[in-house]
Amino acid sequence: METAEQLMKVETGAVTGRPVIVIEQLCKRWGSNIVLDGFDLVVREEENVVVMGKSGTGKSVLIKCIIGLLQPDSGRIRVFDKNIPELDHDELDRIRAKVGFLFQSNALYDSMTVRKNLEFPLRRHWIELSQEKVNELVMEALGNVGLAHTVDMMPEELSGGMRKRVALARTLILKPEIILYDEPTTGLDPVTGREISRLIVELQKKYHTSSIIISHDMHCVRLTADRIAVLAGGKCRSMGTYEELEHSADEEVKQFFE
Amino acid sequence: MILPTKFREFLSETGDMAHFTGRLFAQGSKPRYEFRELVWQCYMIGYRSLPLVGLTGFIMGLVLTMQLRPSLLDYGVESQLPVMVGIAIVREIGPVITALIFAGKIGSSIGAELGSMRVTEQIDAMEVSGTNPFKYLVVTRVVAATLMLPVLVILSDAISLYGAYLGVNIRSVTSFHLFFRQIFDSLSFGDVLPAFVKTFFFGFAVGIVGCHKGYNSRKGTEGVGRSANSAVVLSSILIFIIDLIVVQVTDLLGLN
Repeated sequence: METAEQLMKVETGAVTGRPVIVIEQLCKRWGSNIVLDGFDLVVREEENVVVMGKSGTGKSVLIKCIIGLLQPDSGRIRVFDKNIPELDHDELDRIRAKVGFLFQSNALYDSMTVRKNLEFPLRRHWIELSQEKVNELVMEALGNVGLAHTVDMMPEELSGGMRKRVALARTLILKPEIILYDEPTTGLDPVTGREISRLIVELQKKYHTSSIIISHDMHCVRLTADRIAVLAGGKCRSMGTYEELEHSADEEVKQFFE
Repeated sequence: MILPTKFREFLSETGDMAHFTGRLFAQGSKPRYEFRELVWQCYMIGYRSLPLVGLTGFIMGLVLTMQLRPSLLDYGVESQLPVMVGIAIVREIGPVITALIFAGKIGSSIGAELGSMRVTEQIDAMEVSGTNPFKYLVVTRVVAATLMLPVLVILSDAISLYGAYLGVNIRSVTSFHLFFRQIFDSLSFGDVLPAFVKTFFFGFAVGIVGCHKGYNSRKGTEGVGRSANSAVVLSSILIFIIDLIVVQVTDLLGLN
């Protein structure tokens, strides 16, 4: 088991940038159920870290703690050197402007058109923007995911893959430096799932973002991961590149690659 | 002492509701104010409820008049029909029935809408987008419900009295001027003010219960249905409790 300090010293793969997310000894429990029990992780600039683990091991809880949707019981989550659990609402909002979150369920506002969905975060963070600039940014974000033609459609008129792309466009519209993906390919057919995975990689190269990707989908993991963290027993059980973990002797890790 | 489970649940629910209401005042009083969303909610909650409230008000006035006439005839006081109907509608039936219709339409709609947003993570998405969902969704809806119900009650009362006027004219002939003059001559400040003031409390109760149930919805789609249902049931009960309290208070103040 590696601590955050040790992880920061380990340079795996080609990624050697400064750490943007540092998680140390993160603990979270629901009643008597211990979900995270001293979890450590470091994510560096322009790095994609995939977090794998069995269902119910606390992967979604982890990224919800990072964005401040859940309060951890103990431990530190430093994002851009700010400890998230200690931030007040305004400070948290400033961090959230730099951190995008793609929900597993997409979480598109179903009473709003695609345009309004994308305008919503813009209007909250950049109040002074003109309507022309807002339109330009909306079309740019939709163009990035190849869905400019859906701008005036309602979410219910879109397919599952299109909704995921629109949700991704909404996540990207504030040009975040970090993106947290909660199972981005779950519920999609393998072809659409691969398209989304490629899109994640393309967008990461284009905008130089750092990401944490929660996924069970090995195609997605192989395509997107610079490093993989395996979450088990509430801890980071193993960490390495796809190739390193593929040949791991640890049974817990091996079963994901079989 | 061990309290029965249902009673403990009731106390817990009451505590949650009190905390939720406290949070509403704490957050609603601080900027940033969501005026745009408030205006939109006033339109959705107020204007969009007008047809239903108007229709029920009209039928209420008409039926009440037709039902009262035989009894008044028996006592030979048929000429007092406009006064009886006017006082009944303005003081009690108008505000309470309109509030119950409002609870059914708006309470369930707020409960279901926020419940659905909760279970599909839209509220979390809003929070991640840098929006305070409590202010944006809850404060605006509660304020809109509090402000719009009194307006709806005034309109409903007016339509109801017009329905009563038509009801009177089914069996006899009374001029529009005479009918309404009789009503307004019989109404005093003590009839109108408490009836008007209590509608703000009714509106607040419908808004806060609907938002509380929806915002704290759990257990997927089943939870959404339960939120909508319990929002209507609880706000309807609260309307009667508030009405009872207002009657006692106006009695104590000598306004009856």
